[in-house]
Order: sequence, then C-alpha cells, then structure tokens
Amino acid sequence: MTTTPEPVVSLRSVTKRFGALTALADIDLDVRPGEILALLGENGAGKTTLTKIVYGMYQPDDGELRVGGVPVRLRSPADAIASGIGLVSQHFALVPSLTVAENVVLGREGGALLDRSKIEGAVLATAERYGLDVAPRALVRAMSVGAQQRVEILKALHRDCKLLILDEPTAVLTPQDGERLFATLDGLRERGLAVIIITHKLREVMRVSQRVVVLRHGRVVGERATAGASQAELARMMIGREQLPVESASRRGTPLQRTPLQRTPLQRTPLVEARRLTLRDKRGVTLLDDVSFDLYPGEIVGVAAVAGNGQSELVSVLTGMAQPSAGEVLLSGERVSGLPPAQLARLGVGRVPEDRLEAVVGNLSVRENLTLEHIGAFTRAGHLDGRAMAAEADRLIAEYQVKAKPGDLVRTLSGGNIQKIVLARTLSRKPRFVVVAQPTRGLDVGATAYVHERLLEQRDRNAAVLMVSEDLDEVLRLSDRVLVMYGGRIVGDFAADEVDVGRVGLLMAGEGVAVHG
Amino acid sequence: MARSAPTARAARRPWRWEWGSAPWWLRLALPMIAILVTFALASVLIAASGANPLDVFYELLIRPLTRRTSRLEVLVRATPLLLTGVAVAIAFRAGYYNIGAEGQLYAGALAAAFLGPRLGEWAPPAAVAVMLVGGLVAGAAWALLPAVLKVYAKVDEVVTTLLLNSVMLLLVGGLLNGPWRDPVSGWPRSPTIAAAAEFPQVIARSRVHLGFVVALVLVALFWWVLSRTHFGLELRAVGMGATAARFMGVSVRATVLFAALLSGGVAGLAGVGEVAGIHHYLIEGISPDYGYTGIIVATFGGLHALGVAVAAGFLALVDVGSTSASRALGIPAYLGQVVQATLLLVTLAVLLLNRYRPARRSRREERV
Repeated sequence: MTTTPEPVVSLRSVTKRFGALTALADIDLDVRPGEILALLGENGAGKTTLTKIVYGMYQPDDGELRVGGVPVRLRSPADAIASGIGLVSQHFALVPSLTVAENVVLGREGGALLDRSKIEGAVLATAERYGLDVAPRALVRAMSVGAQQRVEILKALHRDCKLLILDEPTAVLTPQDGERLFATLDGLRERGLAVIIITHKLREVMRVSQRVVVLRHGRVVGERATAGASQAELARMMIGREQLPVESASRRGTPLQRTPLQRTPLQRTPLVEARRLTLRDKRGVTLLDDVSFDLYPGEIVGVAAVAGNGQSELVSVLTGMAQPSAGEVLLSGERVSGLPPAQLARLGVGRVPEDRLEAVVGNLSVRENLTLEHIGAFTRAGHLDGRAMAAEADRLIAEYQVKAKPGDLVRTLSGGNIQKIVLARTLSRKPRFVVVAQPTRGLDVGATAYVHERLLEQRDRNAAVLMVSEDLDEVLRLSDRVLVMYGGRIVGDFAADEVDVGRVGLLMAGEGVAVHG
Repeated sequence: MARSAPTARAARRPWRWEWGSAPWWLRLALPMIAILVTFALASVLIAASGANPLDVFYELLIRPLTRRTSRLEVLVRATPLLLTGVAVAIAFRAGYYNIGAEGQLYAGALAAAFLGPRLGEWAPPAAVAVMLVGGLVAGAAWALLPAVLKVYAKVDEVVTTLLLNSVMLLLVGGLLNGPWRDPVSGWPRSPTIAAAAEFPQVIARSRVHLGFVVALVLVALFWWVLSRTHFGLELRAVGMGATAARFMGVSVRATVLFAALLSGGVAGLAGVGEVAGIHHYLIEGISPDYGYTGIIVATFGGLHALGVAVAAGFLALVDVGSTSASRALGIPAYLGQVVQATLLLVTLAVLLLNRYRPARRSRREERV
C-alpha cells in the first residue's frame, strides 16, 4: 500500500434500527483494494447486520452506501453481486451433487445449453488467476468443508467481485483449514481484492488483517492498523471496558440491590458438582471437554464465552436435554446427569433455556404453558383440573406481571412476556438449582431489569444459579463468580471481586489458552 | 446466496402473511372456500364428460337427502369415515403422519372375520364387545411397527405406514384366496360371522348399525381427551412443539407411540364395523379407500372433533350421491372420488392460509 487507493465500498453514517433496537448507529467504514479489513466484535455487536446491509439484504434506515465512490442503493443480493460484492457466509449455498464448475456458474451463465468444457475452462481460469486450488470437475459432495469454502470464494470471484466478505469463515474449519484459508486470502489481497473478514477471534485478526475495526453495541468503537495494535487493547475495545478496577465501579453504578456474598457454614458444601463433563456429537467432535466446577447455594455463577464455545451444550446437559458422553453432574451428592427433564424439574432444577421457544409451545395457551411442566399437580385421575390450572395461571400472571390473558396463545406474546412465563413456571417452584441461559436476549430495558431482579432473588433465597450469557455486562453485573469457556473447556474461574476484565476478554477470544485439537 | 433474495424482497412489502392463527371468520370461511373452489374445478371435469355441472351437483349433494333410504345410507357411509377420520386426526395431532389407516382398517376387519365365526356360543353383547376389542387391538398391532421404528429409529412414518397398506391388502387377498376361501361357492370371502357377533341395527329398516353409534362416541371422546385430559394436553404439546414438550417433561416417545397405536386401533374399529355391521364376512374390497378418505376427513375437518364429524358427513353424502348421479346422468361413478380428491388438494392449499394471518409488517424483523 504505497498510496491510499480509492475505497471499493464506503459506508457513511449508516444506521439500522429494528423496532426499538438500534442495531447499527452512524457507521462510517471504508474498505480499500488490496487490504483485508477485520471486523471485530462480540455477538450482537452488529457485525452481521452490517454485512447484510452491504450485501443488499437489509436497507439502511439512514446514511448511504457507496461503491467506487458512487452512492448506490442495493435492493437485493443480486444488486450487490452486480456491484462487485461477494459474500461467503457460514452456511454454504452449494448443490452437493453438482461439480465445482456447475456450482460456480449456477444462476449466472445464460443460455439453455451448458457447455461443460467451456464452463470448466472458464472456472479454472478464474481459479488460476486468483491462485485458488480447486478442481472444476470435482463433485462438491466429496469435498471437505475447507474445500467447499474455497468453492464459495471462487463463486464470488467468478462473478467479478471486488469486495469479498467472509462471515466468521473459520467457525466451520479445522485449524489447518483455517491457516490454508488465510493463505488464500493473502493471495487475494496481493491480487488487489478488498476483503472484509468478520470474526471475534483475536488471533485471526492479528494473523490475516491489515486493519481492524471494532464494533460494539452497533457502533464503531475503534479502528487500528493491525500491526500497531495489541491483542489486549483490542479485547478491551471489543468488550467495552477499560483496564481495572472497572468491575467495582460498574457494580456501584448499577441500580441492582445486592448483598455481598458471605458464605455461611451451610453454604460451604457445594450443591451442584459437575465432574469432568464431556460431550461429543455424532461426528465425534468434542463440544464439551472435561468440564468440572462446583456451585454453592446462594451464589450466581456466570459463564462468559463467545457463542459456540460449549456453553450452550453445557446448558443442554444441565437441563436434561443432552446426555453427556462422559462425566456426571451431582445435585446434593446425587447423580442427576442423564435424568429426563421431568425428573430434574421434580428434584428442584429450574431450567430457563437459551431459546425461549424451546421452553414453551407457541400454539398452546399461556395457561397450558404455565402448568404443563408440573401438570401432575393439576390432574385428577388423568382428567385436567381446569379450575386449578386457571387459578395457577392467574396467580403467576399477576405475580410475574405477564401482559397476557390465560387463554392467549403464547406465540402471540412478546419475547419479554414469553420469558416471564418461563421464569414464572420455573421459579415459582422454588428450585434449588437454577440453570439459565441468555436470560435477557432480545428483551427491552425494563424486562431485562425485571429478570435480573428475579435472578438475584433466587440467589438471596439460597439457590445456586448458573447463568450463561452472551452479554458480558450481564455476567459481570450479576455474578458472584465468573467462569470463562473457550473451545468447550473452562479456561478461567474468577471471583467477582477479582475479575480482570482484560484477561476475561483475552480468554474468551482464545488467548492465553493452550491450543488443542 | 441466492436464497437470501426472497428475504430482501419480502422486506419491502408493507404487509405479509404472518405465522399465527387466522381470525375466526376466516377459519369458518376457509372450508366454504375450499368447497367452492373444489366445485369450480370439478365443474370443468364434469362439463368435459358431457354433463351439466349443476345437475351433477344436485345429484351429489341434494338428491340423497330427499329420500329416507339414501339419507340413512349417508349415515352408513359416514360410519367408517368418522372412525378413520378420528384415527387420522389423533395421529396428526401428535405430529405423527399416519397414512396407514387403510391397512389398519383391514387389520381390524381381519380380526373381526377371524373372531366372528367363533363367537356363536356367546351372548350377543359379549360377542360384540369381543369384536370391538379385537378390532382395536388388531389395528393397533398393525400400527405398532411403524410407530416403534419412528420413535426409536426416526424412520419416516409416512413411508412405512403407507407401504404397510399394500402388505395388508396382499395379506387379506392371500387369506381370502387361500385358507379362508369359501369352500362351497369358491368365492374369495371369509366364513360368515356368528349372528351373536353381528352389530345390531340402530335404525329400523336401514343398514345403520352399532358402528355408527360407536363412531359418534369416539368423536366425542376425541374431543374430550384432547381438551380435557392430561394425555390430550401432552399430545397436543408434542404435536405442536416436540422439543418444548420434552423440555417441560413430557415423554415425547411414549406420547407419539401411544397416539400412533390409538390411531391404528380406531381405524381397526372401522374395519370391524364393515364386517360386523354390513357384510358379515370379509371380502377384498370391503373398504373403498375409507382409510385414505379418512385423511381427507381429518384434514378438511381441521383435526377438530366437530370438523371431522361434518367432513365425514359431507364426504359420505358425495359418496352416496355419486352412485345415483352416475345412474341418473350416465356419468362415470368415480366422479365422486374425483370430487373428494380435488377437495383434499384444495383443502391442503386453502388450509395453509389457516396458519397465517394477514399482518402489517412488523418493524422488528429478524434479530441479529
């Protein structure tokens, strides 16, 4: 980069709102030929929304998009492709039973007849021009994920893209394939392409990009030349905190009433013990790797992790929705892992899953959803006690301030009200152990505060709470202890008063962790 | 990449069909719309066969109601349709797509034909009870294999239940042409059942038999179980959201398995009714696809008890009417089946609307 070339694509004051939520606020961004720009941010920071705007899937509410200096309106991905913008998403759009060349020209080449050798030649020429190692005749079905990703890249290049966007490209790759992808991207950059790589892994930013833009809560919070940036600095920008002692300050600033954690002798025996939990999927990929921890009564333990690092699987195991491949969970010394959900509920495990719609049946009424988990209590000889169900529903609706009538279908409620239904059903049974995942995702400020209060209430009545959240603020505000997960393992364990936010950020991003696998 | 295009296009529309329950007027109107569209389509076919569509519709829908005999005959035809309709609705409500009611009906008929001749010494009420229980068990037994495969091995039940229908038809054919062949006449029909095992008539001077009452009771039971019992709530929960149901502690496997067996059992009762109430022996064509028509009944009836009852009555009417229409107007007798089949297709298309409601595009699109 001798002189600064004209940007390929520029964003000027781009804003995108979804209802009350501002997903992107006033974004300015340039991406130039011959550079790889890393877009770094936590989940929900707005990376994907930004991509969708550049790729024509969303229209900005404000601001403008320029391609080659000219303001444009991209109404669809077809427009974006025509403007020379290519996207490689995590979900490949390939037809497995077709060859590479057929996939590449699919939806592009006109004419009724397909001249095989001609398209194969053309595709090969594109591949060679960009130094991509792809055989045009190979069947996509037989290719590795890494190779399929190269086909996706080739597809974009064959459509003459000048800006290539990769959305978390390494999420689906092995480390070896990841390194190969980076080598490919280096090659594309040398040939003058502009590349945006979306990631939340610091290592990748440092490895492949020349420039990094950090997004947080829909805003650009920093921009650095990668060469001059330190990982610790980027981590701090990403999670939005300065160096310590931020944690105590944030505590003081919260409106939450909380008593300091003092363990009484009773609370010194762990209520929940996770022992060497391991979970592998069908293909043998390790999702949970030797996870052990203790939970004591009267504490909230927060799990901080970037999505896809095993926290969802941990919740599945603890809520009885998945069987661990190895290891066990003890509740008051009794083994509870592997028990069906009904039995867990009976033993005093309160469960609030990550996806609310996994906890309620949308097509059933509020009344039915509030009672189904403990339906035995409302049944006499198999016959439902409608009056008792209605009374319970009325009671919970009032107590948990659900804005709905007992007969409403749950599907028709807002996210906040659905979450209140899940909480009401779960917490009204006074569980000893509460597992809660993403408790406030998608909720507005009021509902969020309400949920937080209820969770602290559980802690104060001596339940053990394990909370998984993508929102690091939430984890830090509520937790008495913070566990950090990365790659299916617990890589950090901090007491609330000694949380080093910078270190948490690094651990979440996979730094300071021995690489395995 | 191309997949995302519709999203972008949809985003510009000011309204869209939203997943949700249709307003009540639309839900009531939809079956009417389905019928009208069906008749519009059928008119084309009728006109092509050289008849006046209005004459044909009169024969199909009105004429059968003008005479006592044919009025009661509608009830006779409705009997197996009510049962297979309920059978299919039970399974569909649990999210188990049982296409095997035809085979399960024959399983029940087989049981009736086996038990019937052996109950000569029994008191009639006991013999009839044995016939009913036998048909229930046989239908459930025939439904067992696909249900077990579905629940424990995730084998698609649509395929297995459908294929087992052919197996059952071949089995019945084999029995009737082999060991059960009438030794005297040589006809492929089973021995006549004992008089004690015959279903009594419930309306004098007609073929309306006990099976009709049983069918009505089952329609009522279907309603009661689904809306008023613990099991019914679990069944609905499983059908509408298996993951969430499992999360709330419902045993999805047990529920689906039981619903599938219940469905098979009720379909089996339809077979018992045809043997014990109408023919008094088993022949190969004892069911003119009552099992498949049950799918139309259940779907057109919106999987609701009352809807199933109305749909069964309507289809029985068309069935009876098509026989007289062919005689009176010289049109093919299978026109009734064409109407029924068209109705199924139209119903499926129209009922899609039932699951949506027109809504202004909400500002909250996809969360990111």
